[in-house]
Amino acid sequence: MITAKTIVCDGNEAAAWGAVLSRPDMVAVYPITPQSSLAEYLSQFIADGILDAELLDVEGEHSVLSVLHGAALAGARTYTATCGQGLAFMFEPYFRTPPLRLPIVTSLVTRDGITPQCVWGGQQDAMTVKDVGWVHMYCETVQEVLDTLIMAYRIAEHRQVMLPVNVNHDGNYLSYGVCRMELPGQAEVDAFLGPKDINWHVALDPDRPMAVDPLTGGAGGPGPALFVSYRKGLCDGMQHALRVIEEVHDEWALRFGRRWAPLVEEYKLDDADFAIVTIGSMTGAAKDAVDQARARGERVGLIKVKTFRPFPIEAMVRAVSKVEALGVVDRAVSFGWNSGPLHQEVLGALYYGRRPIPAISFIGGLAGADLTVGHFRRVIEQTAAARWTGPGQAPIWLNEND
Amino acid sequence: MTIKQSRPPFDASTIPGGLCPIATHLTTMLPGDWRAERPIVDRDSCVKCATCWMYCPVQCITEHAAWFEADLRVCKGCGICATECPHRAIVMLEETK
Ligand code: SF4
Ligand code: SF4
Repeated sequence: MITAKTIVCDGNEAAAWGAVLSRPDMVAVYPITPQSSLAEYLSQFIADGILDAELLDVEGEHSVLSVLHGAALAGARTYTATCGQGLAFMFEPYFRTPPLRLPIVTSLVTRDGITPQCVWGGQQDAMTVKDVGWVHMYCETVQEVLDTLIMAYRIAEHRQVMLPVNVNHDGNYLSYGVCRMELPGQAEVDAFLGPKDINWHVALDPDRPMAVDPLTGGAGGPGPALFVSYRKGLCDGMQHALRVIEEVHDEWALRFGRRWAPLVEEYKLDDADFAIVTIGSMTGAAKDAVDQARARGERVGLIKVKTFRPFPIEAMVRAVSKVEALGVVDRAVSFGWNSGPLHQEVLGALYYGRRPIPAISFIGGLAGADLTVGHFRRVIEQTAAARWTGPGQAPIWLNEND
Repeated sequence: MTIKQSRPPFDASTIPGGLCPIATHLTTMLPGDWRAERPIVDRDSCVKCATCWMYCPVQCITEHAAWFEADLRVCKGCGICATECPHRAIVMLEETK
C-alpha cells in the first residue's frame, strides 16, 4: 500500500504515479517521444506489482484506444498516454470515444506536429483534436500533473459527465523537468475516488443484452431527432463538466491541501490595466516576467487557462472584463486564422463579454523552443503598447529571431 | 415476421435519453426490405453445384428439389451469386415497387 511521501520526479513519472494511485484495471500504451518514459514507468510499476492492472502491448495507438473502448464497455477503469503522430494515428477511435460516453483518462504529453520532422514539445497535437468532445486540462507543474490525473477520473466518471478526459502536460518542459512532488497515500486517494461505475449506461455484458452504437440518423423516421438528442446530450455533458471540474478541484483542496485553479487562474489581475494569457508550463516564466514588470511599476496581470475544453466562457469573460488589453501566448498555430488557437478562444470570449479590446496573438515555444522570461518581457511591452495602437493583424512569432 | 430474443431485453429506462447510442430491442427489418435487385434462378440451368450458396454473404440461399434459390426476405440483392454462378443460371432483376 502506497503511503504519502515526498519524492523527486519528472512529469512523465508524475503521470504514471497518478495512474497507479487511480487503480486502472487496464492500461494500454504505445511508446512515442516525449511520452516514452511514461510508458516505461507504467510497465515497470506493473512488473513490480505496484500497479495491479492488465498491460496490453498492442501494435499501435489505433489499437490502444480501441482495446480500451472494449475494456471500458466491460466495466474497467482505463488509462493511456500518447502525443503527436501517435495521437494522429489514434484519431479514429479518439473521435468515437466522447459520443460513446466512455470515461477513459489519457495523458497527452504534448508535442509539435510533423512536418517539419521534430520530436519536441509544443501543443499542436492537442490543439488539433480539441473539438471532438474530450475534456482537455493543461497542467503547469509536475505536481499539478499528478493531482489533475487523479481528479480526471472523478470528472470523467461523474454521472452527469461520462466523458473522456485528456490531462495535458508539455513535452520536454514537464515530461522531463524534475522537481519535488508530494505523493498522496493510496487510502486517501481511494477515499477521494470512491467506487468506480464505468459501464452503467453502455456495456458489453451478456446479462444486459444491448446493441452498442447502432446505425442512427438519416433523413427519415426517428433518425434525425435521435441523432440530435445524442449530440445535445454530449454538449450537456461538456457543460456539466465545467461545474464538476470546479467541485472536484474544491474537494481535492480540502482533502490534500493543494488548490489549483480549476478553469482559469487569475494572477495579479484585480488591479491590472492589461494582461497576458497563457496555457501550460510556459506560465511559470510568464509569472516571473509579470512579477518583474510589477516591480517596475507596470500594472500587468496574467490569465492562465487550465481547462481548455469545455471552454470556460464565463470564467474567461469575468477575467478579461478587468483589463483593457490582452497578449495571448500560444504554443501552437491556428493555420485557419493566422493566429494561435487560444487567441481565437479569447476573441470569442471577448465577443460574449461585449468587450472589443485589443488582443494580440503571440506564438512561441514551437518544436521545443524555450519561452523565457525575456520573451514574456516582450509580450508585456507589446501588450502594454497595444492599449493605444491596437493589435496588428498578424501574429508575433516569439522565437523568430532567437 | 416475429423474431424472438434469446434473452429478455435489458431495461434501459434508467439510462437518460441522449446519453449514449444503444438499442435494446431487435428490429424486425431484414435485408430484403431495402433490396434494389432480386436474383432470379433459371431452374433449368441450375445444376445444384451450390456455388451461390457458398458465396452469398447473408447465407440466404436455400435448397429445393432440383435447384437452389434465394430466400427473398433476407436476400439484400448484392448480385454476388449471379456473378459467381458457373452456369450463368442467375439474373438480377430490378425491384419495381
Ligand atoms: S451457382 Fe448457379 S448452378 Fe450452382 S446452385 Fe447456384 S444457381 Fe445453381
Ligand atoms: S443477391 Fe446477394 S444476398 Fe441475394 S442471394 Fe445473391 S448473393 Fe445472396
